[in-house]
Amino acid sequence: MITGMADKPEIDGIVLTEAQKKSRRQRSIAIALALGVLVVLFFAVTMVKGPAVLVRPM
Amino acid sequence: MSVLDHNAIDINPRISEAEVGDYIALLKPRVMSLVIFTALVGMAMAPGHFHPVLAITSLLCIAVGAGASGALNMALEGDIDAKMSRTANRPIPRGRITRPEAMTFGMTLAFFSVMTLGILVNWIAGALLAFTIFFYVVIYTIGLKRWTAQNIVIGGAAGALPPVVAWAAVTGTVDVEPLLLFAIIFFWTPPHFWALALFRSDDYARAGIPMLPNVAGPDATRLQILLYTIVLIAVAAAPWALGYFDAIYGIVSLILGAGMLGFAVNVYVRRERSQSLRATRKLFAFSILYLFALFATLLAEVVFRALAPMVGGA
Repeated sequence: MITGMADKPEIDGIVLTEAQKKSRRQRSIAIALALGVLVVLFFAVTMVKGPAVLVRPM
Repeated sequence: MSVLDHNAIDINPRISEAEVGDYIALLKPRVMSLVIFTALVGMAMAPGHFHPVLAITSLLCIAVGAGASGALNMALEGDIDAKMSRTANRPIPRGRITRPEAMTFGMTLAFFSVMTLGILVNWIAGALLAFTIFFYVVIYTIGLKRWTAQNIVIGGAAGALPPVVAWAAVTGTVDVEPLLLFAIIFFWTPPHFWALALFRSDDYARAGIPMLPNVAGPDATRLQILLYTIVLIAVAAAPWALGYFDAIYGIVSLILGAGMLGFAVNVYVRRERSQSLRATRKLFAFSILYLFALFATLLAEVVFRALAPMVGGA
């Protein structure tokens, strides 16, 4: 029943401190930059190798 | 009865305050810089043309792979790092990063560095990089470090592999020249680390790590340092003796070797505590300079060879 749900105490969730928010933002930016570098790397190597990008010595 | 036990749910989970700098510290940046430099020399020595984009990609992957090894090493050694003054300031003992977080970070970097090198450059280099990470983390960190006084002798192979990986990135094979670079770093590792272990023996004893000075004693370690230094001098001269490099490299390697031998003899002779501490610190510092100068000479000769026809033709 829905009324049963309403009896439960309301959970506010986790509230981050300013320090936690700041460090999380820093980490998110670092991950975004790392992914950006990976994209640029794959693009640049594809440009360099051209159609031979899939031909690799084993 | 509820399937979920309410008490089992952590209502106050740990929220990380780790900053980017803490994660960079996990990569062991100083070790990484030496890895990049030795890999650069291996790459420069390799025959044939290598596009700069591929060179940068390879060096980046090797550097990230080395960083991944460092992060995984710290994740596995958080307990002993906390007991040693040299490592107590690392992010895990300081509580900035948890061991599972470091493990996840290291595994992610290891995966991406190996796959990127394999896909974009070649799979021989990718496989060698994967083997290097495996050797450092599983064979050295998990297997050898807490079990045998020969830990850094065998484990030194991991630190010696980056020039081989770099050579393989260019050629797709492994040859004698990169194996000579491997041998130089391999035989350089014991005098370097045992000098550190001599002046940090209390630290290692507190952490329960069986370094040679704690197991065989300082005198036996001094003798081993001297013997390995003599072998190192011979191995370092091999690229010249075997005809891969000119006499200039040979002379420089012998001069640097004489310096290294002088510091090793100093360590062997000076056994009184304060004099011994000074001697081992000097050897440790000089050993870093030695390896850097030796590889810089190799690089300089390779660059000179590449530029000589252009200068001559002008």
